[in-house]
Amino acid sequence: MNILFAFLIIAVLGLALGLGLAFAAKKFAVEKDERAEQILAILPGANCGACGYPGCSGYAGALSGGKAQNGLCSPGGAKTSALVAKILGIADEGAGERMVAFVHCRGNHELTKRDFQYEGIEECSAAHMLFQGESSCKYGCLHLGSCMRVCPTNAIHRDEKGNVTVDPEACIGCKKCTLVCPTKVIRMLPARGSHAIACNSRDPGPVVRKICQVGCIACKICEKKFPDSGCTVINFLSEIDYAKPMTQIADAAAACPTKCIVEAKQ
Amino acid sequence: MAYIAIFITYIFINNFILSQFLGLCPFIGVSKNSESAIGMGMAVTFVMGIASIITWVVYNLVLLPLGLAYLQTLSFILVIAGLVQFVEMIIQKNSPALYQALGIFLPLITTNCAVLGIAIMNITEGYNIMESFSAGIAAGIGFTLALVLMSNIRERLDLHPVRKAFRGVPIAFISGGLMALAFMAFDKSLLTNLLG
Repeated sequence: MNILFAFLIIAVLGLALGLGLAFAAKKFAVEKDERAEQILAILPGANCGACGYPGCSGYAGALSGGKAQNGLCSPGGAKTSALVAKILGIADEGAGERMVAFVHCRGNHELTKRDFQYEGIEECSAAHMLFQGESSCKYGCLHLGSCMRVCPTNAIHRDEKGNVTVDPEACIGCKKCTLVCPTKVIRMLPARGSHAIACNSRDPGPVVRKICQVGCIACKICEKKFPDSGCTVINFLSEIDYAKPMTQIADAAAACPTKCIVEAKQ
Repeated sequence: MAYIAIFITYIFINNFILSQFLGLCPFIGVSKNSESAIGMGMAVTFVMGIASIITWVVYNLVLLPLGLAYLQTLSFILVIAGLVQFVEMIIQKNSPALYQALGIFLPLITTNCAVLGIAIMNITEGYNIMESFSAGIAAGIGFTLALVLMSNIRERLDLHPVRKAFRGVPIAFISGGLMALAFMAFDKSLLTNLLG
């Protein structure tokens, strides 16, 4: 008799709670946009923030609400933007070109002079606060690897000499490293670009020559001898216009006296 | 006076984590940074307070009159699990901001032994409904206190050169043990000295 009673009480209690919850679930249901969940399933899920929204779910919510522009997801690229456009029923404008980060500096402690030796917190922002870093060149890489630590895909590596390079295959274009770099030596360039200028110095040629062996000395050989290389020297620094054909860029790279035009896919 | 005694007892003397060793899972799991520690603490305090009232009602108005007091553990777990689900739904509907802050922690609390612990303790201590509620809130505050202290210690530990073998959870356990030792200083004599 007693056991039956116990069974009944627990059964009734469970039933009441179950019914109560079922009722509450209906009553307090939060309307969710199904498209947001579908989009979330398509997005890469790296939560890198390249789109400017807090994580993939934030972007999915903004997309389904019509508040965000399609194609901002750089890790997903054209494939993702096409799928998202299909769900939303809008025309796919494409994701734009795939951009990857590039460290515009090949200087290190052997090739570049130092004003002093920095010993402190292993963080570029901290080193930069002290006379803009230990290197005589105030435009270049600080070699402390803050960018490596923010990279969500571990695409940034540092070799034993301190040279920091981005693996263009692994880079998802989230721009986190460009934001954390105090000298802005990391910038984005189109992934199709075969070469890049590995210097960020705006110092005049003679100054660069004194402090760094691999800096751009603004000799204008690339610009004048190879007009189809796409290079233009602006403010003592050669820059490649990736919109131009760039047919002579390999020759220009070979002719560069300080070899600061380097292959971007290394 | 009785309420002050309850608060001092459950916050310091019988602190759920540091002297009863209940709810250790979130103590290690959610104490990595102080922001989530506070979130978890608030959620636990909230659930403990409400669970104390509901379980008191279930025990004294349903189980006791029917002579089924031995079903307390089973029915309490059932009630707490249902309650947490219900609270989660209401918060999600009415306060999305609070849901964002607590959301991940709420389901974790369902199976937290500290909540079941306070419910059973209220029964063994023979509290009335208001005393049960204050005991629930006080236990929650004690839980939050321990969690916040621990998270601050761990945030500082992250910046210190701890040996590799001790990094992370091991050093957290050692710190937790030392904190528990410190909390042993709070005992019944404190209560007698304070309240006479």
